[in-house]
Amino acid sequence: MADLPPPVQGPTAKEKKYDRQLRLWGAHGQIALENAHILLVISGPGVVGVETLKNLVLPGIGNFTIQDSTVVSEADLGVNFFLEEEHLGGYRAEHTCNLLKELNPDVNGNFITEPIDTWLSNPDALAPYTLILATAPIKSEYLSKLSVHANTALIPLFYVHSIGFYSHFSVHLPPAFPVVDSHPSPESITDLRLLKPWPELIEYATQKTMNLEGMSADDHGHVPFVAILLYHLEQWKKEHNGQVPQNYKDKTAFRDIVSKAARANNPEGGEENFDEAVAAVLKSLNPPEPSSTVKDIFKAPESLLIRQDSPSFWVIANAIGLFYTKYGVLPVPGSVPDMKARSADYIELQNVYKSKARKDLAEVLDSVRFLERNANRSTTIKEKDVETFCKNAAHIKLVRGRPFPVVPTEGEVKWGDRAKAMAQKLTFPDDLVPLYIAFLAWDKFVATHDQDALLGAPKVPGASESDIESDTEKVKGMALHIATQLTKEASISLDDEDSSALGQQLEEFSGELVRAGGAELHNISAVTGGTVSQEIIKVITEQYVPVDNTCIFDGVKSKMAVFRV
Amino acid sequence: MTETLTQSAVPAGPRARWTYLDKILSRPGPFTDPDAFVPGTIESVERAKILVIGAGGLGCEILKNLALSGFKDIHVIDMDTIDVSNLNRQFLFRAADVGSYKAEVAARFVEKRVKGVKITPYCGKIQDKDEEYYMQFAMIVCGLDSIEARRWINATLVGMVDGENPDSLKPLIDGGTEGFKGQARVILPTMTSCIECQLDMHAPRAAVPLCTLATIPRQPQHCIEWAHIIAWEEHRKDITLDTDDPEHITWLYTQALARAQEFNIPGVTYAMTQGVVKNIIPAIASTNAIVAAACCNEAFKLSSNANPFLGYPGTPNYMMYTGDESVYTYTFEHQKKDDCPVCGADTVARPIEIPANATLRDFVDLLAERPEAQLKKPSIRTGEKSLYIQSLADLERQTRGNLDKEMSDLVEEGEEMVVTDKAFPTQFKYKAVFSK
Ligand SMILES: [Zn+2]
Repeated sequence: MADLPPPVQGPTAKEKKYDRQLRLWGAHGQIALENAHILLVISGPGVVGVETLKNLVLPGIGNFTIQDSTVVSEADLGVNFFLEEEHLGGYRAEHTCNLLKELNPDVNGNFITEPIDTWLSNPDALAPYTLILATAPIKSEYLSKLSVHANTALIPLFYVHSIGFYSHFSVHLPPAFPVVDSHPSPESITDLRLLKPWPELIEYATQKTMNLEGMSADDHGHVPFVAILLYHLEQWKKEHNGQVPQNYKDKTAFRDIVSKAARANNPEGGEENFDEAVAAVLKSLNPPEPSSTVKDIFKAPESLLIRQDSPSFWVIANAIGLFYTKYGVLPVPGSVPDMKARSADYIELQNVYKSKARKDLAEVLDSVRFLERNANRSTTIKEKDVETFCKNAAHIKLVRGRPFPVVPTEGEVKWGDRAKAMAQKLTFPDDLVPLYIAFLAWDKFVATHDQDALLGAPKVPGASESDIESDTEKVKGMALHIATQLTKEASISLDDEDSSALGQQLEEFSGELVRAGGAELHNISAVTGGTVSQEIIKVITEQYVPVDNTCIFDGVKSKMAVFRV
Repeated sequence: MTETLTQSAVPAGPRARWTYLDKILSRPGPFTDPDAFVPGTIESVERAKILVIGAGGLGCEILKNLALSGFKDIHVIDMDTIDVSNLNRQFLFRAADVGSYKAEVAARFVEKRVKGVKITPYCGKIQDKDEEYYMQFAMIVCGLDSIEARRWINATLVGMVDGENPDSLKPLIDGGTEGFKGQARVILPTMTSCIECQLDMHAPRAAVPLCTLATIPRQPQHCIEWAHIIAWEEHRKDITLDTDDPEHITWLYTQALARAQEFNIPGVTYAMTQGVVKNIIPAIASTNAIVAAACCNEAFKLSSNANPFLGYPGTPNYMMYTGDESVYTYTFEHQKKDDCPVCGADTVARPIEIPANATLRDFVDLLAERPEAQLKKPSIRTGEKSLYIQSLADLERQTRGNLDKEMSDLVEEGEEMVVTDKAFPTQFKYKAVFSK
């Protein structure tokens, strides 16, 4: 039995079940999901919230809680997939919660059937949750309360409408929401530093291109393109006063030189490695200058002043900012794309980049440790986190979360510093900002019509046949009013043509919203539940780039739009 | 207790369950076409017999969405059985269902949950069914992960269109996802751009050249492909590789690992081995939900005319979705191609560029790689002769000798070649254009 090979560690049961998603957000993303507890607050049909939860229970969110004091009606059975006939008359929160839990035994589900007014008056009501999702209609005083809590507890709050063929969501993120693991597209991450090579890289290129002209066909066809480009850059510099190709014209001229250096007198009639070199010229011969978004992060007040309790993101950002100030470049990320080359030459090149990346990391790590000591921090930042940051430095993102407008029962919607940008979008022909305004008007209608005989159930526009026309007029009037106030706040005036185009759009959007009479269409709620759950996953795993901060789906024209309110 | 309960006002009666849907179906909106939309009629949706192809990630969503959109007569085709890795998104299946047919389990589940809907499953291949079968449906919604199956149903539906019979035109609504990306599109066969017209938008991944695998591997994936293609053939020729058999994957993994160590290549893992040999595409519930519901929204609009649908000739027919960096959609009209081998004019042959010294074998490889062709087992004829025929073993032996001949010796510049592939019920016409 001594000859048995060492046992292979196959995947665990959990890795098997979650295989298709672990390939996207990895084990650390999965752990973040498992540590989350999501609260869903429902009063209307709420299907959009339930569909969102479905897409979070399946990938294994740790905990969810549904707050909903409504009982199951016949109408629910026609739109909510997570209810059955036998549940009629029972609590919607309870039965939906149970059917959702069936999807994944790893998930804990809870429900609260206490009415929102008494439940929310408990000061600790919101304490257990790491993220809150509220669906319209909801009274503005409760939505405001959730918004205040999101502000103080620094947790994300999502607010969602799904009405007929239209939907909307806004997300209120903490004021500093950094994303280190932004998963940029593979094409955009190559950073070869060809214009700022370091001695070991130059040495490598020199070695691999020695006697280039005299090489055998097979050797010549296997010189890695990085070495080819560095070799020709050296030649170019000799003829151009030590300057590298400066502009587009230079680069195309340089590209022609590289292209002509390829041998064509071989059976293939060309050389793949030279093709790769030619293709890389315009992409790779750029100074490795970080984007302004990244530089802004170094200049952010949180980065400039590291305190004892600063989140580790800012400590690392400060350290990398120091590195950038010193060298004018970011740490080398260390990855090399595949290219035509012999195995050993490629691995050697890979190691040149990797050891430079390790050296840069060591320097950043020193700064991090220095900052930690200086600020007297009690916990040590993991080296792995610094490494990830260095690797992704060119693609880190910082979202400045902010509260979305809550339509007040009395008074005007306030736009603040977003007034100008929003008002300008009112007149873009295909923008969906006017639809967002129509949603706010819908909320205004709900806020001002909540008194009906049935114990405060909100009255939504278009609920009864006889009111369609008058409700449409009301919502349209409210939308026009909100739009007018917005232009006033932005000190912008629309010309007659823009005004009448906007008026018509608001009329159409209001008409379509009122037509629904508060109905959710399952398809629209499912599209939106898909989008919202995806955003929740991004926010919880701190991976990929989240919507900042509002998204509209127009199911009539089948398109979405994102903007910041 | 009752004073804490709230309940929305609901009319009693047989349609009480469809209160919400009926609001939309009974009222015209600002965008409804008054000539097409008849307020108050639900029959157009209830009576429409609709076919769903695929009961996987998209299919589960599609069945749920159609049932809750008022469709009552739904058929579903899928040949697959349930695997444990389906459970993170295919929400109609439970751990106890692993090994059962997807179509069967999905149909029973939705029937049980949504009372009054009838779902007829067929556990098999779409190619088992003939035109008569497809003719019974009002429209077809596709949620597949295979380009080949899509092309097959597309060509079949285009071929069914009979100018004399308007009922022979079956709208095809197609969804597809990969990770955080996806698309929903509507095709009116022969009238608007078809799957084949759009083929170059879904280019296949470039294959790694065999010589790289055999002599100069650089990436962990190269070592895995080597184990998969070369080592297996060398050592276990008599065993058919089953990528679902953990012992087989383990063997490939061990081989790949050893080769990687030999070349100092880091990064070979068991999960990566599985991913490469099974060609695994990452998949999550949220993207499936978005794309499937976007498709069903179009199916609902098409049946009810409650609002304009994607795909009306001269209007957008394609919604592209990306969700990894914020959220982005691009909704546009993809133009029908006159030289489309499936829906274009019969007489038109597509020009295809061939290097002057390419052999017939190179041309066969080219047909597999070119985004607009993607034909894996082509048979090629000219008006004069058969160049290479793969569909019959005898003919294959007879024509195999041509593979090493240069194309310029076999066909004239501009000469028409007819290419067929067993996977598709159609012919592809090309004319050779030699590049220097
Ligand atoms: Zn076509």
